[in-house]
Amino acid sequence: MRIRVENLCKRFGSFAAVDDVSFEVEDGSLVALLGPSGSGKSTLLRILAGLESADSGKVWFDDESATDLHARMRGVGFVFQHYALFRHLTVAQNIGFGLDVRGVSKAAIRKKVNELLSLTGLTGLDQRFPSQLSGGQRQRVALARALAPEPKLLLLDEPFGAVDAKVREELRQWIRRLHDEVGVTSIFVTHDQEEAFAVSDRVIVVHRGRIEQNGTPMEILDNPESEFVARFVGEVNVFPATVRGQTAHSGALEARLRDSAPSGLAHLVIRSYDLKLWREDPGVATVQRVVTFGDRVRVQALVDGAGPIIAQFPRRSSLLKNIEPGCRVQIEVTTARAYPAEASSLYPLAATAT
Amino acid sequence: MLERASGAVAARAASSERASSAEAQPTHLRWAHLQPIGRAALVGLVCLYLGAILIGPLAALGVELAHVGIPAALHALAQPDAISALKMSIELTAISVVVNTVVGTLGALAIVRQRFFGRAVVNALADLPLAISPVMIGLAFVLLLGRDGWLSPLIDRIGLKVVFSFPGLVIATLFVALPYTLREVVYVLEEIGTNEEEAAATLGASAWQIFWRVTLPNIRFGLGYGVLMALARSLGEFGAVLVLGGSISGQTQTATTFIHDAIEERQTAGAYGMAVVLALSSVLLLLGLEWAKRHKKVR
Repeated sequence: MRIRVENLCKRFGSFAAVDDVSFEVEDGSLVALLGPSGSGKSTLLRILAGLESADSGKVWFDDESATDLHARMRGVGFVFQHYALFRHLTVAQNIGFGLDVRGVSKAAIRKKVNELLSLTGLTGLDQRFPSQLSGGQRQRVALARALAPEPKLLLLDEPFGAVDAKVREELRQWIRRLHDEVGVTSIFVTHDQEEAFAVSDRVIVVHRGRIEQNGTPMEILDNPESEFVARFVGEVNVFPATVRGQTAHSGALEARLRDSAPSGLAHLVIRSYDLKLWREDPGVATVQRVVTFGDRVRVQALVDGAGPIIAQFPRRSSLLKNIEPGCRVQIEVTTARAYPAEASSLYPLAATAT
Repeated sequence: MLERASGAVAARAASSERASSAEAQPTHLRWAHLQPIGRAALVGLVCLYLGAILIGPLAALGVELAHVGIPAALHALAQPDAISALKMSIELTAISVVVNTVVGTLGALAIVRQRFFGRAVVNALADLPLAISPVMIGLAFVLLLGRDGWLSPLIDRIGLKVVFSFPGLVIATLFVALPYTLREVVYVLEEIGTNEEEAAATLGASAWQIFWRVTLPNIRFGLGYGVLMALARSLGEFGAVLVLGGSISGQTQTATTFIHDAIEERQTAGAYGMAVVLALSSVLLLLGLEWAKRHKKVR
């Protein structure tokens, strides 16, 4: 099913949770709504499910208006962040619930439940109660329950939020495979960029109730359209800078810009893996820390007149030779973007380089 | 053995090195020894107090009943007045439990799940019967519904007699038992949240199906607990029932007012017998409450 959302608005008191949002989702695709907590992404999802009503704007399922349709009538599967399994029902009864309330015959329900149990790898657990399952298993029951009535749209609210890191990685790949198998149009909400990029066909970045960018993972990574997206995606360094033509200066740091920016004061945004650094005296920075994790090495250095900068390298990179705390280094920025400072006053510099 | 001995030697050697810190230890040790005594004292005091205030009177009642003699008590209970009083209490309790279960559940659903103007006021007012003396409630209803009460013209026209008759007893019992089911259900509804109900809605369940298949099963033990509390309260109500009903023997006398009147008239056999009947029903209720309490915890 194709989803179209037009000029959706939702306020809670004076707080605009969703502020004039429009987008489209192609039939059969898997889309991530990515944003920090409180950005309005969950509210957006709840409006699509009919659990919340929009103040204004329209929702279209294919070419039919779903704006005023009751949640019960939407044919939307919803997977809640904390699963919301019916605690007094068994796994099988949970999965069959959506069919049972529609009056489907017992035999047909049993057939569908068994099908879903094997699809979700829960065979043999059908008589368990939710309290007797692990987090990952509960998540899969919630998914099977949502899929049982064969929804035309599947919505998932932070589907990987409540399980531990290892299970999360497994679930992620499994959900992608499941989506390709079932083929149902799916939208999921996440605050984890890695998750959004790993699983989805398209990513919609949401911030303060508005859409910052809507594109494929590659487009979002390579062409962030706003300073928010540039800073939200990946590990970044941000410096106050002066732009002249294609070049930006911040203290001793000089960067050639990817796209030309208006001359004047700007915020210079550099990804931690978009720079090179090598030992050189006098250079422009002093190395403070070198931390290795897995196959990556993070170097933290203090740039003269600009402040701390973080650079990431593969562990075996030849650039890392002789780099140690206290030594002087030269820095070359391979890719950088600048955003006019006055337009970005919304984003304080303090929240940089995490 | 060998290890422990060598350890002791090492410890002695170490203690000679820091004799000053070893001196500080005895006070610490003495305090540690005091703790179990304190704990025992606390537990002992609580048990003594609860024993004196809860078990003592019940024991006294049992002993006195034995004194009067069980046959005499049974004989007194078999009198028409006693039977009518007991029947009256059972009827009132049954009505109160049924009405308060329905009203409590619907009221709690309205208070917790709906947003309406004056919701907080309704929520607070629902506790009024807990805060107010039953005798006062009785008096207030007499002023409202009695012979010269505010609503008496209306009541006279319908031809209904409320004060000193069955409807008055019903009103009194309903009023005092109202908060118990309501409070329990409000608490459980808040605890379980709305996610399961929302999930049911997205799965195609109607409001009716959501209530019977999701909400009610989730609140059943809390509701059961509240119902048993309301039952106990209805059965034991005295003040409001006395003032509104007048305890007319064979007409508006209940089990509790029967005990009161029997004592006044020095009919000890009847008083003790009825009291023991009520006490035994309390024991059953207590067991029921324990059972519900154990299950109502939200997993």
